[in-house]
Amino acid sequence: MKAPGTLAVAWMIARKDLAIEYRTRSAFFSSLVFSLLGVSIFYMVWDPTAVRPIDMAPGVLWTIFAFAGLLGLHRAFGLELQTRAMDGLLLAPVSREAIFLGKALANLVYVTSVLAITIPAVVLFYNLEFGSGLLILGAIGLLAAVGLVTVGTLFSSMTVHTRFAELLLPMLALPFFIPVVVPAAQASAKLLVGASLSSVMPWIQVLVAFDLMFGVACVLAFPFTIED
Amino acid sequence: MCETVGLTRRFGRRRAVDGVSVSIAAGECLALFGPNGAGKTTLLRLLAGLLRPSGGEVRLLGATLRSDSASARGQVGLISHQSMLYDVLTVRENVAFAARLHGMDDVEHSTQAALDRLGLTGRELAPVRSLSRGWQQRVSIARAIVHGPALILLDEPYTGLDVSGARALTKLLSSLRDDGAALALVTHSVEEGLSLATHAAIMLDGTIRQYDATAGLDAGMYAEMYRKLALESAA
Repeated sequence: MKAPGTLAVAWMIARKDLAIEYRTRSAFFSSLVFSLLGVSIFYMVWDPTAVRPIDMAPGVLWTIFAFAGLLGLHRAFGLELQTRAMDGLLLAPVSREAIFLGKALANLVYVTSVLAITIPAVVLFYNLEFGSGLLILGAIGLLAAVGLVTVGTLFSSMTVHTRFAELLLPMLALPFFIPVVVPAAQASAKLLVGASLSSVMPWIQVLVAFDLMFGVACVLAFPFTIED
Repeated sequence: MCETVGLTRRFGRRRAVDGVSVSIAAGECLALFGPNGAGKTTLLRLLAGLLRPSGGEVRLLGATLRSDSASARGQVGLISHQSMLYDVLTVRENVAFAARLHGMDDVEHSTQAALDRLGLTGRELAPVRSLSRGWQQRVSIARAIVHGPALILLDEPYTGLDVSGARALTKLLSSLRDDGAALALVTHSVEEGLSLATHAAIMLDGTIRQYDATAGLDAGMYAEMYRKLALESAA
């Protein structure tokens, strides 16, 4: 018997969470419906004679992305508490960091899946032309998702034991989403006007810096959030 | 096997566990009795390494158990009245997940062995949520013992079980004890606790008030003594 490594444990936990989500589809569908409704509502209240689609669409996309992501993040640790399954994880000879990485990985798959449907929806509704920039937009989406998921997973573990977890999580997490949403929206806006990769790069660097900084900070902080 | 020395845990000003020193050897079972709020569950969580002591220490297999010592935690199995299972997953998936987390060399074999021992063969593919409380408790035990823990902690495992379920559980726990595991059992039922225990303790207000070997102990007299101590404590 040999204790599994950090990445192996993270994968085990992520796979288990994704299997549960696949069978219940609760978080994914609620986020997806929220996302598509949000895109539709923004489209219906939008006055195309007053605001150009390329000015409107990036803000819509990344605002909806932040709120839709929040919907599912709470459940990352919520499902561990229903039957105190979290105790089983904590009793296993695995590092706390591996538990965090596993939870974050599962959340990342779920958030990027929602994003993968929301981006085409926004492109269709606002009749956007990304052209070759669509690939770069995908990369920006992935970087933004990593940032959102890292911070969101940490706050989910902090708030899950509280009485008002579903209210507290957005209050704590949303301010930290601003450094993710702003560069993502700015970079997308530039891509829409046909800007080159080099002019988008500073915003991408902000996202990378955020992901690295908060990635390390959240992994290190996580063990303290689960101490009784 | 497992020993506590002056174990204390405070929550704010309140001492939930106050200077508890007990030891459980391999093949022994300590039954812990006490009213609600006596500190029994807190003591079990300290023994599991899920809570950090405010004072004193837990020694497991000669080494001090710390909440950050992963390998020592792996020697513990915890069973409580909460199933600690993922109810959407199947019986086999739950037990295999625990086996993988504990780094079992042959996950399939150890999972099957645990399922066989708990009489779960034939129900492996059933989602846990489709099972009755008694069967869920069996899965919960299979999950807790799949890695062959040296210390098994049981927090009111009889809750919600009918008479035959309780009897089957006692039989199973007896076999685990006889196989050399150390057991710590928290229960309100003196009769069920004494039927399994080699030692019994009454816990009140975070301290051990009475500690006895169960050999030759009369269950009726012990229950009466427990009732009196609990009433004195409440007064």
